[in-house]
Amino acid sequence: MAMDAWSKQLRKIYGVYTGVFALFVIALWIAEGMGLKPTYIGYAFLFGTIGVYAAIGIISRTSIVAEYYVAGRKVPAVFNGMATAADWMSAASFIGMAGALYNQGYDGLAFIMGWTGGYVLLAVLIAPYLRKFGQYTIPDFLEARYGGKFPRIVGVIAALLVSFTYLVAQITGVGIITSRFIGITFEVGVFLGLAGILVCSFLGGMRAVTWTQVAQYIILIVAYLIPVVAISYKHTGVPIPQVMYGQALQTIETKQAQLKNDEKEIEVRNIWKARADELSGKIKALPDSWAKGKQELEAKLSSLPVGSTERASVEKALKDYPKSPEEAKEKWTAAMKEAQAMSKPPRSYVQPPADTKGIVNFLALTFCLMVGTAGLPHVLMRFYTTPTVREARSSAAWALFFIFLLYFTAPAYAAFARSEVLTNLVGQAFSSLPAWAAKWAGVGLISIKDLNGDGIIQFSEIIIRPDAVVLATPEIAGLPYVVAGLIAAGGLAAALSTADGLLITISNAISHDLYYKIINPNLSPSTRVKIGKALLLVVAAIGAYVASFKLAIIVELVAWAFSLAAATFFPALVLGIWDKRMNRAGAISGMIVGLLITGYYIIGSRFYGMDWFGIKTIASGIFGLPANIIIALIVSRLTKAPSEEIQKFVDNIRYPKGAVGAGAEE
Amino acid sequence: MVTGETLKAYWSKNRLYMTVILLIWALVSYGASLIAGYLNSFVVFGFPFGYYMAAQGSLVVFVLLNLIYSVKMNEIDKKYGLQEEE
Repeated sequence: MAMDAWSKQLRKIYGVYTGVFALFVIALWIAEGMGLKPTYIGYAFLFGTIGVYAAIGIISRTSIVAEYYVAGRKVPAVFNGMATAADWMSAASFIGMAGALYNQGYDGLAFIMGWTGGYVLLAVLIAPYLRKFGQYTIPDFLEARYGGKFPRIVGVIAALLVSFTYLVAQITGVGIITSRFIGITFEVGVFLGLAGILVCSFLGGMRAVTWTQVAQYIILIVAYLIPVVAISYKHTGVPIPQVMYGQALQTIETKQAQLKNDEKEIEVRNIWKARADELSGKIKALPDSWAKGKQELEAKLSSLPVGSTERASVEKALKDYPKSPEEAKEKWTAAMKEAQAMSKPPRSYVQPPADTKGIVNFLALTFCLMVGTAGLPHVLMRFYTTPTVREARSSAAWALFFIFLLYFTAPAYAAFARSEVLTNLVGQAFSSLPAWAAKWAGVGLISIKDLNGDGIIQFSEIIIRPDAVVLATPEIAGLPYVVAGLIAAGGLAAALSTADGLLITISNAISHDLYYKIINPNLSPSTRVKIGKALLLVVAAIGAYVASFKLAIIVELVAWAFSLAAATFFPALVLGIWDKRMNRAGAISGMIVGLLITGYYIIGSRFYGMDWFGIKTIASGIFGLPANIIIALIVSRLTKAPSEEIQKFVDNIRYPKGAVGAGAEE
Repeated sequence: MVTGETLKAYWSKNRLYMTVILLIWALVSYGASLIAGYLNSFVVFGFPFGYYMAAQGSLVVFVLLNLIYSVKMNEIDKKYGLQEEE
């Protein structure tokens, strides 16, 4: 029972680690009480945690192929569960999720269900069988199951497409977190984050990534739970937010109902309405309206004396003015949509969409997110690292449990924040903003403007950006600054752990799937690991370079990644395991049709106003996925059944015991 | 030696578990979402029940489903003599 001793040792190590981390936080808390400046607390958290990850990375260095690609296949279920959870939960889950729920109410729950429910599909349909197959990557599986290089190449292309956009989003997240908390520029933050990512993966590949991810999970979940437990205690006297936020929901519903017919609220909504109409007029009159607006600003600028404050504000307006009519269209449309949304009375926070279109989109999005989750290569890869099929199954259950702890809590964050805004912000005088609102309004995460000039805050005058909810909660709950630092460390852990998983997936797709398996199969094991490491550097650098442009499209690309993964990988994997008759022609034509239809609808609906059954861009996979499955089934039935050898292969991965070749280590 | 018959029986058992689990999975997520408006007329511990299902209830069921599947599969691994050697 060597495994038991190993598990025990790991439990001891991470137990001590958690204890030391708690002492570290308490020490900083005491130091804060004695007057340590917040900036230094920020430094301590960022450099302290990155230092720990680096240490784990160095201890886990390796040049053995099986260690580098699959952590030696000896990650016990619980730990693989934690690593998978950290791998999965990104900066967006950690910081943005609660805010999205705050703004969207019931609609936002599609993400909560989608990003957890996918793990049921993964655990039941895919994970145990991938472990039995026991190679290194998802394209490995596609080639072994369907034969020939072509399935592998399609797999590599889809993996790169999906993982790279996701990686750029994570590096952007690291840049934002570091720059916000220790006051460096975004570019330096990106560079710092890059170093943080590489120390976790460069020397030890999957092995180092796995053990840092476990450490990162512990930090991120502690950081996520503390503020919301505190706020639950403050509001309700019971420190279990997940049970207690029902009261907050009722407060929200009562207050919002009162605001519906409030005269001052209606006044502000009408101002938004007028603004939306004005913008819509300007958008229709493009490009003339763009040129006219620019001329007006320039004329105003030349009429003002140099050095006046008014001149400075016009200069700034001119600097922020859209550079081209195209940019104007993009910006003004976004502003118009916001104004339109604000001009409506707040929708019930707990009721599902009232119209059929809303419900259909809600269900379609949930479905795409679930299936996409079960098809993301960087998550699937983690299930190669467990010692046995049994451990793979139980690790899928653990992973879902660890992920559940965060997603189960996110709605509580959102509800407490919204109830706080409705009770302690709305109706206050502008001159007496609560400290937390003033602070986050200062950096633009909350926008509060006295639109109707009555000196009192109306609900329709408050715009909360998604990131503000988690970031402001420590202050709402009256916690010391050290908790804000903890949140930063948690957000950083979430971003770094996901970035690492993606980085290693991309580098493996190129070094293992493309170079070793297709171009040069005669590489020695040590050269393969060296090439993998070199690629980590290159891919990370390219990722950081793309992230430094801060493209607005990145967020959307990430959402599309789910649809693409759902429409390509998922059917090929599931049918490969569950349908013995599935063959090469079927799988390939399915994947290609899935990719094309999804890509066509993504581009068509996002840029050319295409509309099939009212489905939004973000749920594009709802067409590609069934198309993939139907085409795959039809084509496979019209063509020859897979060879005896392949059928044996399918049998082999279906049953935990018994070997027909696959699974042999090098 | 494991026979073809045993393998067939094992797989059809697995398929049964898979079907039941995915059925429950679909009911608590899609099913409950479809009638969320109606479920909201019940209030449990201060939570409108429709909201609760999408925010928490379905998640709890997902976790339990994975746990049950893992336990059940270990059971049939043993029963059909297919468990792995350590």
